[in-house]
Amino acid sequence: MSAGHSATEAHQPVFVGEVRQKLDALFPKYPTRQACLLPALWLVQEARGWISEGAIHEVAEVLSLTPAYVKGVVTFYTMYHTHPVGRHFIQVCTTSPCNICGAEDVAKAFLQHTGCGELGATSPDGRFTVIEVECLGACGFATPVLIDDDFIENVTPERVPGILQGYK
Amino acid sequence: MGYPHPTHPKEQAVLSKHFGDAGARTFDGWVKRGGYEGLKKALGMTREQVIEEVKASGLRGRGGAGFPTGMKWSFMPKDVVKPHYLVCNADESEPGTFKDREILRWTPHQLIEGCAVGAYAIGAERIYIYIRGEFTAEHKILVKAVEEAYQGGALGANVFGSGKRIDLVVHRGAGAYICGEETAMMNSIEGRRGNPRIKPPFPAVAGLWASPTTINNVETLSASSHIIREGAAWYKALCRGNPKSTGTKLFSVCGHVQRPGNYEVVMGTPMTDLVFDMCGGMRPGRTLKAVIPGGSSVPILTAKEIEGCLLDYEGVVEKGSMLGSGGMIVMDDSTDIVYQVMRLARFYAHESCAQCTQCREGTAWTTRILERILAGQGKKEDLNLLLDLADNMTGKTICVLSDSCAAPVVSAIKKFPEEFDAYISRARTSSLVTA
Ligand SMILES: Cc1cc2nc3c(=O)[nH]c(=O)nc-3n(C[C@H](O)[C@H](O)[C@H](O)COP(=O)(O)O)c2cc1C
Repeated sequence: MSAGHSATEAHQPVFVGEVRQKLDALFPKYPTRQACLLPALWLVQEARGWISEGAIHEVAEVLSLTPAYVKGVVTFYTMYHTHPVGRHFIQVCTTSPCNICGAEDVAKAFLQHTGCGELGATSPDGRFTVIEVECLGACGFATPVLIDDDFIENVTPERVPGILQGYK
Repeated sequence: MGYPHPTHPKEQAVLSKHFGDAGARTFDGWVKRGGYEGLKKALGMTREQVIEEVKASGLRGRGGAGFPTGMKWSFMPKDVVKPHYLVCNADESEPGTFKDREILRWTPHQLIEGCAVGAYAIGAERIYIYIRGEFTAEHKILVKAVEEAYQGGALGANVFGSGKRIDLVVHRGAGAYICGEETAMMNSIEGRRGNPRIKPPFPAVAGLWASPTTINNVETLSASSHIIREGAAWYKALCRGNPKSTGTKLFSVCGHVQRPGNYEVVMGTPMTDLVFDMCGGMRPGRTLKAVIPGGSSVPILTAKEIEGCLLDYEGVVEKGSMLGSGGMIVMDDSTDIVYQVMRLARFYAHESCAQCTQCREGTAWTTRILERILAGQGKKEDLNLLLDLADNMTGKTICVLSDSCAAPVVSAIKKFPEEFDAYISRARTSSLVTA
């Protein structure tokens, strides 16, 4: 995930050059433009780190949808960010199977060592955002943690400082 | 091989045979291990013969509901008037379940082959694999395998020279448990919010873009190519005597066992073999308290109830629960049942799509009552209120997410009343929840 642009910057078109080509490559895969919405939103988030109002308008435009419709879809899915997040986005699973194996202590360790303070907040240096998520689907490898696109298994509070060193 | 543990002598490795073997991930590696023979054989049969073979094998859906797969395929129209679609459900988000992830990351071609067999059987030229957004590594592995499968002739305009076209698109989800429900999944592929649809019409009549559609789980489709290759009789014989539950099944075991992981056993294997022999039982000094056997959406079983419980569809029902997805959450005597049930209720409240009142309000209200009990503000009437709520949440909504929240709550109150009473009488307190 690349560093996100700030919320106050004017929107620069996302679907130009290579990203536009990736969008065009989606069209033959679905019988409707509307069906390209989830993959198109992924392209935006990969390029910009989050999905702004401006991006919502642009996606609506290229897929012939209304901005209100696109916004309704964006807000349904928890992985799309509707505001800027830290350079590294950390998701700690704390649902029951991991919870009984100590997942809440892992989440606390991430909060402590990133300086985020509370769940959902971004650290003052802009480096990290930590959230708790519901089941990541790797319950036998408690506690799984997703940092950006890296899926890390068997995380314990002790491993947290070492893991964070890999994310500048 | 087995992953993360070597295959146990009590396992029967069919689907998991190459777990842990990175060489099986490539097209060539898969072919070298006997892969794509099932698909080639299927292409030499008629659509109807493939469906009959799968019917005869007794294969039932591994996504949770256990619906007979061959029968589901036979609901698709004989004549292809509108396009037919196959959707593979790789959304795997049911707490306690992590088996499909292992198929995806170790044997992506096993899945692609199974999908192609399924597509051929139902007359579909296009497959969508819906993979949950969080499976980042698995997504990359799968996309690469699909490219190789096109190059190798297992997908495309002329699959293995048969003249049949089968295309496959990998569609990535974006974080929503409800999209694992088949009609919500179709909406999500169409670019909509993941709200389940009212049935009927059933997907085989009007599914994706109102065209005939079949949705199957990763494990179900993966099993289908083995059935075609080895024959229905071979698959049917893989059981411990119950003809209604045949074949092997992957069980994901997590929680307080010594060796959590995936284990593949023949249907009818005793649950205690799985928990105590294969998984090594509890940690030293601990005893078993409870097991939620089929993913978090099913009734909880006590240590006593799992004695003599056979792992097949009927065996688990006999003990008052369900086999579900085969995701088993094992809890030892250190577990606070009330707290964990609250966490499950919170999961369902978080994941409710909120279109049905009973679910939207019921899951949230259930969570709030449980939090109140944990915070030391429970009332005696709360348990009856929870049961009453659960009753209103069961069998009344478009999909069964609401029922899934009610099942663990009701069974926990019935089977572990003393744990709830301890909080309500203030004999026990929790530092984790404050009012
Ligand atoms: C709330 C909810 C979530 C579900 N999640 C999944 C899932 O993650 N994976 C899955 O295969 N089936 C899931 N299902 C079941 C599917 O609706 C469907 O029955 C299944 O994919 C059919 O495939 P099968 O016949 O091969 O089992 C879910 C059902 C519900 C109600």
